[in-house]
Amino acid sequence: MAERTPWSLSGALRGMFTKKTIDADTWDDLEDALLQADFGPTVTDAVITDLRAKVAKYNTTDPTDLQRMLREGIEERLSILDSTLTLSERPAVVLVVGVNGVGKTTTIGKFAKFLHTYGRSVVIGAADTFRAGAVEQLATWAERAGAQIVKPQMTGQDPASVAFQTVEKAKNEGIEIVLIDTAGRLQTKGGLMDELTKIRRVVEKQGPIAEVLLVLDATTGQNGLAQAEAFIEHAGVTGLVLTKLDGSARGGFVLAVQEKTGIPIKLVGQGEGINDLTGFTPHVFAQKLVG
Amino acid sequence: MATFGNLSDRLAETFKNLRTKGKLSAADVDGTVREIRRALLDADVALEVVKEFTGKVRERALGDEVSKALNPAQQVVQIVNDELVTILGGQQRRLEFAKKPPTIIMLAGLQGAGKTTLAGKLAKWLAKDGHTPLLVAADLQRPNAVTQLEVVAKQAGVSVYAPEPGNGVGDPVKVARDGVKYALQKVHDVVIVDTAGRLGVDAELMKQAANIRKAIDPDEVLFVIDAMIGQDAVATAKAFQDGVDFTGVVLTKLDGDARGGAALSVASLTGRPIMFASTGEGLDDFEPFHPDRMAGRILDLGDILTLIEQAQGAFDEDEARKVAEKFATDTFTLDDFLGQMQQLRNMGSIKKMMSMLPGAGAMKQQLENFDEREIVRTEAIIQSMTKLERTTPKLLNGSRRLRIAKGSGSTVTEVNQLVQRFEQAAKMMKTVAKGGMPNIPGMGPIPGAGYGGKPKQVAKKKGSKSGNPAKRAAENAALASGVKPAGENAKADVGGSGFGLGSSAQPGKGKAGGPTDEEMAALQKMLGR
Repeated sequence: MAERTPWSLSGALRGMFTKKTIDADTWDDLEDALLQADFGPTVTDAVITDLRAKVAKYNTTDPTDLQRMLREGIEERLSILDSTLTLSERPAVVLVVGVNGVGKTTTIGKFAKFLHTYGRSVVIGAADTFRAGAVEQLATWAERAGAQIVKPQMTGQDPASVAFQTVEKAKNEGIEIVLIDTAGRLQTKGGLMDELTKIRRVVEKQGPIAEVLLVLDATTGQNGLAQAEAFIEHAGVTGLVLTKLDGSARGGFVLAVQEKTGIPIKLVGQGEGINDLTGFTPHVFAQKLVG
Repeated sequence: MATFGNLSDRLAETFKNLRTKGKLSAADVDGTVREIRRALLDADVALEVVKEFTGKVRERALGDEVSKALNPAQQVVQIVNDELVTILGGQQRRLEFAKKPPTIIMLAGLQGAGKTTLAGKLAKWLAKDGHTPLLVAADLQRPNAVTQLEVVAKQAGVSVYAPEPGNGVGDPVKVARDGVKYALQKVHDVVIVDTAGRLGVDAELMKQAANIRKAIDPDEVLFVIDAMIGQDAVATAKAFQDGVDFTGVVLTKLDGDARGGAALSVASLTGRPIMFASTGEGLDDFEPFHPDRMAGRILDLGDILTLIEQAQGAFDEDEARKVAEKFATDTFTLDDFLGQMQQLRNMGSIKKMMSMLPGAGAMKQQLENFDEREIVRTEAIIQSMTKLERTTPKLLNGSRRLRIAKGSGSTVTEVNQLVQRFEQAAKMMKTVAKGGMPNIPGMGPIPGAGYGGKPKQVAKKKGSKSGNPAKRAAENAALASGVKPAGENAKADVGGSGFGLGSSAQPGKGKAGGPTDEEMAALQKMLGR
């Protein structure tokens, strides 16, 4: 993955870790590199202060030590939270939310496939009744993933009713996992965010929701934080999904998101293929980030 | 539009500290520059752009122009504004149409940037201008992108060329080429080619985009980018520039609370102008991008020009002139008041308009609380009056008021308030229409009245005060003399809308109508630039 990216944190860091000693330039370069990986000024400052303290404590001048400490520091920050999905309810209802164009529908398709390969039966609720073509897009994915789908009976139907019908179907037919797609909405649209709260409320009438996954695009910058906060407030997000990690973006902002909100990253999407969705492992993520 | 709202807040905070100083030391400047740097980074402006920007601002802020200026802090604001405009791409650029139709426009960008939706918006916008756009579905990658484009085309009321079902089947290069041929046959003068979203790092798909470009030789290649993108904007924009070499940029999702740093980065790093901005989910939420105005928004100086344009679009000039006459002759009735209010509503969301005003950032809270239904309530009250009552409000005695309150589902107090506001307004308008200044600061003329009838008089008043309009004319070119007075009117309009809207609008109005002297000075400077 790192080979075909024109820019990566590891690439940017490589140059400075090959130097003999740690000097003022190293710190400047490190700051630049972290900022360019979307860590944001606050987290960057925190990470650097932390590293400076460690370097002083262990009295080291070797940049390789610095690299190791950086990697460990990031890994540590990421692994504070538990990133396992809890899908023990039957049916386990998963609500997928996010702003427009982050890859919610695609994520659901991949997730359905992922669950299908583990022998779980899946039904998908196409509650994105707003965007043109969304239902068809989801239907195509469902077919590829071998999952059932509940479609709205007419365009513009209340998404909450679609969600309700999907859970109902799962209950009646004993389907194990329910995935509900919702329309993309910007976190600033109050009315649309309330709609999300409604979907949640309606689904909860039939039983608890196992997971609410917020899909975040790795190319997103510091706005990711605002997105996370708004969706947590309105939809009660329990996990993050980071998509489009196959691009040149590193998604450094998730560190800030995780830390500020206490919501763990649970899934990672790294490609357009149906199998390109994996669980989140802090170790691998930190390794890829720092190199 | 809350665009750049957060960035404005940050910068406003910084400048507030500066404003109190009569003289700037190097330390002051350094502190400010550091704040600007942080604010820009938080706003996702690319690091290299931030460095360049802060470097320039620092250099100029320490230079002669500031130390000699009467108000150094003001001068720094001016410098930041100048530099922002430069980075955002200077002047606005329009679409270039081919000499020999059809004009071919190709859209490219990352997945989920909003290309397909934008294709529909662009088509609708062009159709409104009398063009006959054709949408070509060359995104054969994403499941059902073709269907989505077809639906969008239907909503926009334009034709679509979609010979392939998509979902990975078919050759997008061929579709694009055939699409252009089809347009020639069916005499469409603009062709918009929607392509698949692709990552900058995906060499194969980039090559495909380049091939499409080669095959159709577009007049414009628009790079569609999400306003929420972070530092990756640099890598992505460069990859697309190398890959397909776009001619212009379109920013989407500007209606979110993203600070829109990507706008700065992309324009600055690629040297390509941002041409359009997409600001909502509806097909009409689409507007040409004005770098100078956007800079004003970033600095929270408002976007009065856009506001005026919207007002112009919605207001019937003849109607406005008639109303102005009525003001002057004291025959303004509640009926006219109602008409004005309905016109105001035609302009679209009041919240959106108010957020374009100078200082709007500071009153965001009030904006949130602003209740648009207040207008509806006021309308209901007026509509519950008889014809006679509307023309002669003096008739309204207690029993009539009670009837009106019952009829409109409001209370007598509300009716009283409305009548009172109306009388005040009418009185004030009379003064204004005759060329005087209204007595109540912050309370502007009635909506709509400003445009059309009045500018003449206001312009006269302005002219006597200073030679400024001439200076402005140089910069504002065609808009020239009409603009500034109209600007004040339009601003007052919205502020003034408060008097028709009851208490909930009051807090917002107070601030909107009455920016501090300093802010006004800054505004005049900006507009006069």
